[in-house]
Amino acid sequence: MQHLRQLEDQSVYILREAYKHFDNLGMLWSMGKDSTVLLWLARKAFFGHVPFPLLHVDTSYKIPAMIEYRDRLAREWRLNLVVGQNKQALAAGMNHTMGRVECCTALKTNGLKQLLENKGYTGVILGVRADEEGTRAKERYFSPRDKHGDWDFRDQPPELWDQYKTTFPPGTHIRIHPLLDWTEINIWEYIKLENIPFIDLYLDRGDGTRYRSLGCAPCTSPIKSTAKSVDDIIAELRRTTVAERSGRAQDEGRGMELLRKDGYM
Amino acid sequence: MTMTEIKPPENLNIVIVGHVDHGKSTLLGRLYADTGSLPDGKLEKVQAICKQQGKEFEYAFLFDAFLEEQEQGITIDTARTFFMWKERQYIIIDAPGHKEFLKNMISGAARAEAALLLIDALEGVKEQSKKHGYLLSLLGVRQFAVVVNKMDLVGYRQDVFDGIEKEYREFLGQFKAVPSQFIPVSAKLGDNIANRSATMSWYGGPTVLDTLSAFSKEAARSEQPLRLSVQDVYKFDARRIITGRITAGRLKVGDHLVFSPSNKRANIRTVEAFNIEPQPTEGQAGQSIGVTLDEQIFVERGEIASHQEHLPSVSTAFRANLFWLGKRPLEKGRKYLLRVATKEVDCEVALIHRIIDTMDLAQQQGSSTVNKNQVAELTLRTKAPVAFDLSASFEATGRFVLVDEYDIAGGGIITELVHDDQEFLREEARRRDFAWVKGEVTVEDRAQQYGHRAAVVLITGGRHTGKSFLARNLEGRLVADGRHAYLLDGENLRRGLDADLSEEERGQTTEMARRYGEVARLLTDTGLIVVSTTNPFGLAYRESSQAIRTLVHPAPVIAVHMSKTEEEPPPNTDVVLSGPTDFDAATARILDELKRRGVLAQAIGAKPIFQYSI
Repeated sequence: MQHLRQLEDQSVYILREAYKHFDNLGMLWSMGKDSTVLLWLARKAFFGHVPFPLLHVDTSYKIPAMIEYRDRLAREWRLNLVVGQNKQALAAGMNHTMGRVECCTALKTNGLKQLLENKGYTGVILGVRADEEGTRAKERYFSPRDKHGDWDFRDQPPELWDQYKTTFPPGTHIRIHPLLDWTEINIWEYIKLENIPFIDLYLDRGDGTRYRSLGCAPCTSPIKSTAKSVDDIIAELRRTTVAERSGRAQDEGRGMELLRKDGYM
Repeated sequence: MTMTEIKPPENLNIVIVGHVDHGKSTLLGRLYADTGSLPDGKLEKVQAICKQQGKEFEYAFLFDAFLEEQEQGITIDTARTFFMWKERQYIIIDAPGHKEFLKNMISGAARAEAALLLIDALEGVKEQSKKHGYLLSLLGVRQFAVVVNKMDLVGYRQDVFDGIEKEYREFLGQFKAVPSQFIPVSAKLGDNIANRSATMSWYGGPTVLDTLSAFSKEAARSEQPLRLSVQDVYKFDARRIITGRITAGRLKVGDHLVFSPSNKRANIRTVEAFNIEPQPTEGQAGQSIGVTLDEQIFVERGEIASHQEHLPSVSTAFRANLFWLGKRPLEKGRKYLLRVATKEVDCEVALIHRIIDTMDLAQQQGSSTVNKNQVAELTLRTKAPVAFDLSASFEATGRFVLVDEYDIAGGGIITELVHDDQEFLREEARRRDFAWVKGEVTVEDRAQQYGHRAAVVLITGGRHTGKSFLARNLEGRLVADGRHAYLLDGENLRRGLDADLSEEERGQTTEMARRYGEVARLLTDTGLIVVSTTNPFGLAYRESSQAIRTLVHPAPVIAVHMSKTEEEPPPNTDVVLSGPTDFDAATARILDELKRRGVLAQAIGAKPIFQYSI
């Protein structure tokens, strides 16, 4: 438990730095386990309040149970929920059969860019973790993006001790990553410790499968599992040697590096 | 049946550093492969990509995630990787060794609690081997082991290994760094990584994996005196919560806290937390915490809370060891933003004592710049007093970064307090504040009643520049607006309070300024906006205004300078006016400044009714 409290203290510190330094701040919430833990940490940091809007980039292909869960928590926790959608691309018929990278770029990357631009956010908090895949392992807690949303990974700012990059020229914005040091197991251990409500798609509901990672319905597949509780999930993860995102089609080949360089989360 | 004791899981951050191409990423890849820590198919996937691209498989490709890194065969940026071994979760930070990416190496090492430093057996001790060793010490990473890699390329010879150990120990000894181990390995072939080598029977020490297990979790800093750096103050609901990280020591409900450098004091009423039952009553080092106080004092981000018996240092100058990462060189006399814990303040480089060559630790004096990737000893001077510690005693409040324009461009550790000319007055103010007897009415009660905070408007400048006219005009305007203001004229002190001073003492500013400052301090405690000029001090206005600032601190001082000629205003001047001027326009500018600084609350409605809360 001590290690979870250490992770919590660090994330809370980062969230408070973000809130102090950015006037126009938003937090991305995909309703998955990571961004929901992030939302919970915000309630920790601000003593039950969430003093910035939660942003959801809706691709329209999300699993319906996720939307129900989103609206229920938004109501119960009195969240300021802002939903963005790339309506133009959807009207033009964009879907995963037109190419996975193309679809993610249009509906998620560009959907996010439009949302950030329309609302003028200068800081956006995301629940990415370093252990998810290789390019995320190289992220900073405070990571600048230029006005096109591009990530210059060749020249990232130094981060020394608890000092982060919080000033930047006009036109850039900062992505803030409070969960970088958390692993998938830490996320579930913390959900258990704090009793955080999560979507039951992560559990086996009788058919011997569960989702390990949640995304759009067409591009996310469940894994074989009989885990029916958080304890079962933690036990399963301690045994497994299968990568978390093996059910996520966008990670094939160099998909993630290309997507993230151009501003994917 | 006996129960086996299960250790609570803990995290340990390790960084791998060393010269470029000495095999850091390979070591990491090997460590994962040999402990079965790689996800299924990862090894096969990377092997397939290598085959397809027609190049030899390297373990380094497992973590060099960017295409460019793999193509060039170097690590560009630090990667965090995770693995579990014997109930401990390691975050292993793979830092780049190329000198071009030193800032990335430093970012990685600054996060670490222990380090592995790699040296290539064939190439021996190189430039970055030394620089990284020196920087680990500067960054405060005291636990580390030296891994001599590529032993296979030197025929596993013990004399080569011994030679490197001797040379490198001598280098480290010069700054008293002592590694826990020297380990001969071949990362490529897996010798002494997770498994003992059959080819180096002359080595009886631990493997790399054993060495990691032997690193201990950083000693708890909870036993040190308390340091809580204020991060923010929240008022989301009825509670007014002071938040921050406890960087040393512990606190509990009822403790008497002193905030430095403002010298404000209050007791802890509650420790606040979300979803923790029952509500906590104490906190300790490492925690991001929130407390409420028994009195509504105005404290700001950047102050350091401590117990009264163990206060941090306060000064406007300190000596430090610094490494510079900026694109443009650090220059003597240039202004930078200094960040110590959560405090941000403008500073300048007063003196560059010497540049340290990390190759041979030779010292070069007389430089007025520090170039990228150089290390230097220097003295920094800040615009306002800062609370800090020496890094030898307190890690977190003893180190700092410098921001050049938008970027963190350097970092360092504080080695020495430099006494400034305000030291005696500051000590007087501290002793006086700690013994200050308060009535029932608090400063904040007065602020709410009056619609403004107490402040000092200090008008400086040479003779016949219109200071007195402006002071009178400002006082009149403030009172007409419904504020509580008072013109403190030095002439009224001269013949009364100062009547006992000798002719000689009156000729010097020291004692006169001290008395003037103490009177201004009393008046600000009544909640007034004190309007004053440096008239009684004549041309010694620079020295006297510094003394007044020190004595009225932490009440805000709005410094206005009037001059007939082009001249350098005193440091920290807020408003510069050119000589006898349009007094109404000048007054309006000062009012704007008072609003900007949060001294004056905005009027609500047509009548001057103010709402002021802290």
